[in-house]
Amino acid sequence: MVPLSWYVALSAVMFVTGLVGVLIRRNIVVVLLCIEIMLNAVNINFVAFSDYLHLIDGQIFVFFVITVAAAEVAIGLGIIISLFRLRESVNMDDYNLLKL
Amino acid sequence: MIQQLPFIYFGGMALVCAILVVASRVAIYSAMALLGMFVHVAGLFIVLDAPFLAGVQLLVYAGAILVLYLFVVMLLNLQGGGVTSLQKQAPWAILLSLLAVGELGYLLLKTHFYPKLPAIPHPSVPTLGNSETIGMVLYTQYLFPFEVASVVLLIALVGAIVMARGRGRFRQE
Repeated sequence: MVPLSWYVALSAVMFVTGLVGVLIRRNIVVVLLCIEIMLNAVNINFVAFSDYLHLIDGQIFVFFVITVAAAEVAIGLGIIISLFRLRESVNMDDYNLLKL
Repeated sequence: MIQQLPFIYFGGMALVCAILVVASRVAIYSAMALLGMFVHVAGLFIVLDAPFLAGVQLLVYAGAILVLYLFVVMLLNLQGGGVTSLQKQAPWAILLSLLAVGELGYLLLKTHFYPKLPAIPHPSVPTLGNSETIGMVLYTQYLFPFEVASVVLLIALVGAIVMARGRGRFRQE
Protein backbone atom coordinates (compact mmCIF):
# COMPACT_ATOMS: atom_id res chain seq x y z
CA MET A 1 0.00 0.00 0.00
CA VAL A 2 1.32 3.40 -0.95
CA PRO A 3 1.47 5.67 2.10
CA LEU A 4 -0.39 8.95 1.98
CA SER A 5 2.79 10.94 2.50
CA TRP A 6 4.09 9.84 -0.90
CA TYR A 7 1.11 11.38 -2.60
CA VAL A 8 1.45 14.56 -0.62
CA ALA A 9 5.15 14.73 -1.49
CA LEU A 10 4.47 14.16 -5.20
CA SER A 11 1.77 16.79 -5.13
CA ALA A 12 4.06 19.29 -3.39
CA VAL A 13 6.86 18.78 -5.90
CA MET A 14 4.46 19.08 -8.84
CA PHE A 15 2.96 22.25 -7.40
CA VAL A 16 6.39 23.83 -7.00
CA THR A 17 7.26 22.80 -10.57
CA GLY A 18 4.20 24.67 -11.81
CA LEU A 19 5.09 27.63 -9.62
CA VAL A 20 8.61 27.75 -11.07
CA GLY A 21 7.10 27.68 -14.54
CA VAL A 22 4.84 30.62 -13.76
CA LEU A 23 7.76 32.58 -12.35
CA ILE A 24 10.42 31.93 -14.98
CA ARG A 25 8.68 31.57 -18.35
CA ARG A 26 8.17 34.54 -20.64
CA ASN A 27 5.63 32.98 -22.97
CA ILE A 28 2.17 33.74 -21.60
CA VAL A 29 0.60 30.56 -23.03
CA VAL A 30 3.15 28.43 -21.18
CA VAL A 31 2.42 30.35 -17.99
CA LEU A 32 -1.22 29.35 -18.35
CA LEU A 33 -0.13 25.73 -18.91
CA CYS A 34 1.87 25.87 -15.68
CA ILE A 35 -1.25 26.98 -13.81
CA GLU A 36 -2.85 23.75 -15.03
CA ILE A 37 0.07 21.81 -13.51
CA MET A 38 -0.60 23.46 -10.16
CA LEU A 39 -4.31 22.68 -10.34
CA ASN A 40 -3.54 19.04 -11.15
CA ALA A 41 -1.17 18.79 -8.20
CA VAL A 42 -3.95 19.99 -5.93
CA ASN A 43 -6.33 17.47 -7.51
CA ILE A 44 -3.95 14.60 -6.72
CA ASN A 45 -3.94 15.72 -3.09
CA PHE A 46 -7.73 15.89 -2.96
CA VAL A 47 -8.20 12.42 -4.43
CA ALA A 48 -5.48 10.89 -2.25
CA PHE A 49 -7.07 12.22 0.93
CA SER A 50 -10.51 11.18 -0.33
CA ASP A 51 -9.23 7.63 -0.79
CA TYR A 52 -7.45 7.46 2.55
CA LEU A 53 -10.30 8.89 4.60
CA HIS A 54 -13.00 6.98 2.71
CA LEU A 55 -14.85 10.23 2.11
CA ILE A 56 -16.20 11.04 -1.32
CA ASP A 57 -16.13 14.81 -0.75
CA GLY A 58 -12.58 15.18 -2.00
CA GLN A 59 -13.58 13.83 -5.38
CA ILE A 60 -16.49 16.29 -5.53
CA PHE A 61 -14.05 19.13 -4.90
CA VAL A 62 -11.96 17.87 -7.81
CA PHE A 63 -15.05 18.29 -9.99
CA PHE A 64 -15.34 21.91 -9.01
CA VAL A 65 -11.62 22.43 -9.53
CA ILE A 66 -11.95 21.02 -13.04
CA THR A 67 -14.94 23.30 -13.69
CA VAL A 68 -13.06 26.37 -12.54
CA ALA A 69 -10.03 25.27 -14.59
CA ALA A 70 -12.18 25.03 -17.71
CA ALA A 71 -13.62 28.49 -17.07
CA GLU A 72 -10.16 29.87 -16.37
CA VAL A 73 -8.79 28.44 -19.61
CA ALA A 74 -11.62 29.91 -21.67
CA ILE A 75 -11.24 33.35 -20.13
CA GLY A 76 -7.43 33.22 -20.07
CA LEU A 77 -7.12 32.25 -23.71
CA GLY A 78 -9.64 34.95 -24.62
CA ILE A 79 -7.47 37.49 -22.80
CA ILE A 80 -4.34 36.16 -24.51
CA ILE A 81 -5.90 36.45 -27.98
CA SER A 82 -7.08 39.96 -27.15
CA LEU A 83 -3.61 40.94 -25.91
CA PHE A 84 -1.99 39.41 -28.96
CA ARG A 85 -4.18 41.54 -31.21
CA LEU A 86 -3.17 44.61 -29.23
CA ARG A 87 0.58 43.97 -29.01
CA GLU A 88 1.43 41.31 -31.64
CA SER A 89 3.38 39.43 -28.99
CA VAL A 90 2.99 36.72 -26.39
CA ASN A 91 5.92 37.93 -24.31
CA MET A 92 4.82 38.79 -20.78
CA ASP A 93 7.21 41.75 -20.65
CA ASP A 94 5.49 43.46 -23.56
CA TYR A 95 2.29 43.87 -21.59
CA ASN A 96 3.21 46.95 -19.61
CA LEU A 97 0.19 49.22 -19.99
CA LEU A 98 -0.45 49.27 -16.25
CA LYS A 99 3.19 49.83 -15.35
CA LEU A 100 4.14 53.15 -13.78
CA MET B 1 7.34 -2.92 -3.93
CA ILE B 2 5.10 -4.45 -6.56
CA GLN B 3 2.10 -2.71 -4.97
CA GLN B 4 3.83 0.63 -5.20
CA LEU B 5 4.91 0.19 -8.80
CA PRO B 6 1.80 1.82 -10.36
CA PHE B 7 2.23 4.86 -8.13
CA ILE B 8 5.92 5.10 -8.96
CA TYR B 9 5.26 4.85 -12.69
CA PHE B 10 2.30 7.23 -12.91
CA GLY B 11 3.62 9.69 -10.36
CA GLY B 12 7.14 9.69 -11.79
CA MET B 13 5.92 10.15 -15.34
CA ALA B 14 3.53 12.92 -14.28
CA LEU B 15 6.42 14.68 -12.59
CA VAL B 16 8.73 14.24 -15.59
CA CYS B 17 6.04 15.58 -17.91
CA ALA B 18 5.45 18.54 -15.60
CA ILE B 19 9.15 19.37 -15.67
CA LEU B 20 9.13 19.03 -19.47
CA VAL B 21 6.24 21.52 -19.67
CA VAL B 22 8.34 24.06 -17.81
CA ALA B 23 11.61 23.26 -19.58
CA SER B 24 10.53 22.96 -23.24
CA ARG B 25 11.53 25.86 -25.42
CA VAL B 26 8.71 25.42 -27.92
CA ALA B 27 5.18 26.11 -26.74
CA ILE B 28 3.70 23.18 -28.66
CA TYR B 29 6.09 20.74 -26.97
CA SER B 30 4.97 22.15 -23.64
CA ALA B 31 1.36 21.49 -24.58
CA MET B 32 2.20 17.92 -25.63
CA ALA B 33 4.07 17.28 -22.36
CA LEU B 34 1.03 18.62 -20.54
CA LEU B 35 -1.07 16.02 -22.37
CA GLY B 36 1.24 13.32 -21.01
CA MET B 37 0.89 14.78 -17.53
CA PHE B 38 -2.91 14.74 -17.73
CA VAL B 39 -2.92 11.09 -18.84
CA HIS B 40 -0.60 10.02 -16.05
CA VAL B 41 -2.56 11.96 -13.45
CA ALA B 42 -5.63 10.08 -14.68
CA GLY B 43 -3.68 6.87 -14.08
CA LEU B 44 -2.97 8.05 -10.54
CA PHE B 45 -6.71 8.59 -10.05
CA ILE B 46 -7.32 4.98 -11.09
CA VAL B 47 -4.67 3.82 -8.61
CA LEU B 48 -6.48 5.89 -5.99
CA ASP B 49 -9.76 4.10 -6.65
CA ALA B 50 -11.47 7.02 -8.41
CA PRO B 51 -12.13 5.67 -11.93
CA PHE B 52 -14.91 8.13 -12.72
CA LEU B 53 -12.66 11.09 -12.05
CA ALA B 54 -10.00 9.50 -14.24
CA GLY B 55 -12.50 9.45 -17.09
CA VAL B 56 -13.51 13.05 -16.43
CA GLN B 57 -9.85 14.06 -16.30
CA LEU B 58 -9.20 12.51 -19.70
CA LEU B 59 -12.38 13.91 -21.26
CA VAL B 60 -12.22 17.45 -19.91
CA TYR B 61 -8.51 18.11 -19.56
CA ALA B 62 -6.99 16.06 -22.36
CA GLY B 63 -10.02 16.28 -24.62
CA ALA B 64 -11.23 19.84 -24.24
CA ILE B 65 -8.78 22.10 -22.42
CA LEU B 66 -5.68 20.88 -24.21
CA VAL B 67 -7.31 21.16 -27.63
CA LEU B 68 -8.17 24.74 -26.77
CA TYR B 69 -4.54 25.40 -25.89
CA LEU B 70 -3.34 23.82 -29.12
CA PHE B 71 -5.77 25.96 -31.11
CA VAL B 72 -4.41 29.11 -29.52
CA VAL B 73 -0.76 28.07 -29.86
CA MET B 74 -1.26 27.39 -33.55
CA LEU B 75 -3.43 30.47 -34.07
CA LEU B 76 -0.90 32.86 -32.57
CA ASN B 77 2.12 31.64 -34.58
CA LEU B 78 4.53 31.75 -31.66
CA GLN B 79 7.81 31.18 -33.50
CA GLY B 80 9.48 34.57 -33.56
CA GLY B 81 10.18 37.21 -30.98
CA GLY B 82 12.60 35.52 -28.60
CA VAL B 83 9.88 34.48 -26.20
CA THR B 84 11.65 31.18 -25.57
CA SER B 85 14.09 32.82 -23.19
CA LEU B 86 13.54 32.85 -19.45
CA GLN B 87 12.76 35.77 -17.23
CA LYS B 88 15.53 37.73 -15.57
CA GLN B 89 14.52 36.48 -12.14
CA ALA B 90 14.82 32.80 -13.15
CA PRO B 91 17.82 31.85 -10.95
CA TRP B 92 16.25 33.46 -7.91
CA ALA B 93 12.91 31.82 -8.60
CA ILE B 94 14.50 28.38 -8.93
CA LEU B 95 16.57 28.90 -5.80
CA LEU B 96 13.60 29.99 -3.73
CA SER B 97 11.52 27.11 -5.11
CA LEU B 98 14.18 24.61 -4.07
CA LEU B 99 14.04 26.21 -0.65
CA ALA B 100 10.26 25.79 -0.65
CA VAL B 101 10.62 22.12 -1.64
CA GLY B 102 13.05 21.59 1.22
CA GLU B 103 10.67 23.28 3.59
CA LEU B 104 7.75 21.16 2.43
CA GLY B 105 9.87 18.02 2.74
CA TYR B 106 10.79 18.97 6.29
CA LEU B 107 7.13 19.53 7.15
CA LEU B 108 6.23 16.16 5.60
CA LEU B 109 8.91 14.40 7.61
CA LYS B 110 7.64 16.07 10.79
CA THR B 111 4.01 15.15 10.10
CA HIS B 112 2.61 11.91 11.38
CA PHE B 113 0.41 10.24 8.79
CA TYR B 114 -1.91 7.58 10.09
CA PRO B 115 -2.02 4.40 8.02
CA LYS B 116 -5.09 3.86 5.88
CA LEU B 117 -8.01 2.51 7.89
CA PRO B 118 -10.42 -0.01 6.45
CA ALA B 119 -13.79 1.40 5.42
CA ILE B 120 -16.53 1.16 8.00
CA PRO B 121 -18.91 -1.51 6.74
CA HIS B 122 -22.60 -0.65 6.66
CA PRO B 123 -24.47 -3.95 6.60
CA SER B 124 -27.81 -2.32 5.77
CA VAL B 125 -26.58 -0.01 3.03
CA PRO B 126 -25.74 -1.65 -0.27
CA THR B 127 -22.31 -0.61 -1.47
CA LEU B 128 -22.51 1.77 -4.40
CA GLY B 129 -19.98 2.16 -7.16
CA ASN B 130 -17.76 5.17 -7.53
CA SER B 131 -19.90 7.10 -10.00
CA GLU B 132 -23.13 6.28 -8.14
CA THR B 133 -21.68 7.61 -4.91
CA ILE B 134 -20.42 10.78 -6.60
CA GLY B 135 -23.83 11.33 -8.20
CA MET B 136 -25.64 10.80 -4.91
CA VAL B 137 -23.47 13.26 -3.02
CA LEU B 138 -23.17 15.80 -5.84
CA TYR B 139 -26.90 16.16 -6.40
CA THR B 140 -27.92 16.23 -2.75
CA GLN B 141 -25.28 17.62 -0.45
CA TYR B 142 -23.42 19.71 -3.03
CA LEU B 143 -26.39 20.86 -5.10
CA PHE B 144 -25.88 24.58 -4.52
CA PRO B 145 -22.14 24.59 -5.40
CA PHE B 146 -23.08 22.56 -8.46
CA GLU B 147 -25.49 25.26 -9.60
CA VAL B 148 -22.93 27.96 -8.87
CA ALA B 149 -20.44 26.04 -11.01
CA SER B 150 -22.88 26.13 -13.91
CA VAL B 151 -23.19 29.90 -13.54
CA VAL B 152 -19.37 30.15 -13.52
CA LEU B 153 -19.23 28.19 -16.76
CA LEU B 154 -21.92 30.39 -18.33
CA ILE B 155 -20.01 33.55 -17.41
CA ALA B 156 -16.80 32.05 -18.79
CA LEU B 157 -18.60 31.23 -22.04
CA VAL B 158 -19.95 34.75 -22.47
CA GLY B 159 -16.68 36.33 -21.36
CA ALA B 160 -14.57 34.28 -23.77
CA ILE B 161 -16.84 35.22 -26.66
CA VAL B 162 -16.83 38.90 -25.77
CA MET B 163 -13.06 39.08 -25.29
CA ALA B 164 -11.94 37.00 -28.25
CA ARG B 165 -14.39 38.55 -30.71
CA GLY B 166 -12.06 41.40 -31.54
CA ARG B 167 -13.16 44.61 -33.18
CA GLY B 168 -16.66 44.60 -31.81
CA ARG B 169 -18.76 47.24 -30.23
CA PHE B 170 -16.72 47.09 -27.03
CA ARG B 171 -13.52 48.20 -28.70
CA GLN B 172 -14.62 51.11 -30.88
CA GLU B 173 -13.50 54.15 -29.01
